[in-house]
Amino acid sequence: MTFPTAVFYAFSAILVFAALRVVTTRNPVHAALWLVLCFFSAAGIWLLLKAEFLAIALVLVYVGAVMVLFLFVVMMLDVNFDNLRKNFRSYIPVGATVGVLVLLEMGLVIAGGKLGGDAAPPAVSGSNTRALGRLIYVDYVYAFEIAAVLLLVAIIAAIALTHRQRRDTKHQNPGAQVAVRRRDRVRLIDLKSEPRE
Amino acid sequence: MGLLSAPSLAHYLVLGAILFAISMAGIFLNRKNVIILLMAIELMLLAVNLNFIAFSSYLGDMSGQVFVFFILTVAAAESAIGLAILVLLFRNVGSIDVEDLDKLKG
Repeated sequence: MTFPTAVFYAFSAILVFAALRVVTTRNPVHAALWLVLCFFSAAGIWLLLKAEFLAIALVLVYVGAVMVLFLFVVMMLDVNFDNLRKNFRSYIPVGATVGVLVLLEMGLVIAGGKLGGDAAPPAVSGSNTRALGRLIYVDYVYAFEIAAVLLLVAIIAAIALTHRQRRDTKHQNPGAQVAVRRRDRVRLIDLKSEPRE
Repeated sequence: MGLLSAPSLAHYLVLGAILFAISMAGIFLNRKNVIILLMAIELMLLAVNLNFIAFSSYLGDMSGQVFVFFILTVAAAESAIGLAILVLLFRNVGSIDVEDLDKLKG
């Protein structure tokens, strides 16, 4: 057994076990942490497949950003999670059935069809990041820009959804401040002058 | 393909299939808890990405990795908006149980 083989089986075992824990654990915080382990092992397997840039991006983007967001939300919501697991055991038969069926169907496709790629992967020369960057910025540049717009839309949507006007805090209204006129603020009062005593 | 032979394309595809099946079963098991549902969807996307990268590596075509790049982008946007909706839901309904979300039933 060579070193890459051992690495593949070790990371696969960890990945499958962590994925099982994600869907079966009681506490959603633990589920999020198991999901972090999943992403780490998947990044290891991607490194084995010589996709270095995406492996690092997976750790940075998913473990660093998305999972932290998940943890924030899980900890922010004050939910009684035991109520949500009330009928957990009664769903196990149908869940296991569907899972096994999906697995069998995919296994039939993999075992029966000629997928190609039986040979060892072709040797890759040069930097993975450079090759990926050349593809993204030359061949897929429009798709790349659309992805950027998509992220912008997601930012605006997330802020617009969760933003709320607080009534109990003092705040300025710059529009009203700019639009103010002299007559709104200054009132001249005609006072008769009193004669000196 | 021996069980403990050097990993071939089929090994990676089987791993992706196992991962996808686990998350599919997870959606059925946790059908009341929206947070775990979102996590199971992330796991499904991970399985799909694994297939893309395995094919990309074994067929010598970098385009598969570009697709994974875009899938990662879309998945990040999806989970951000999904979690924003979840927070809004909890603020308005006071629960994240799927069974409580029956306002559109009429």
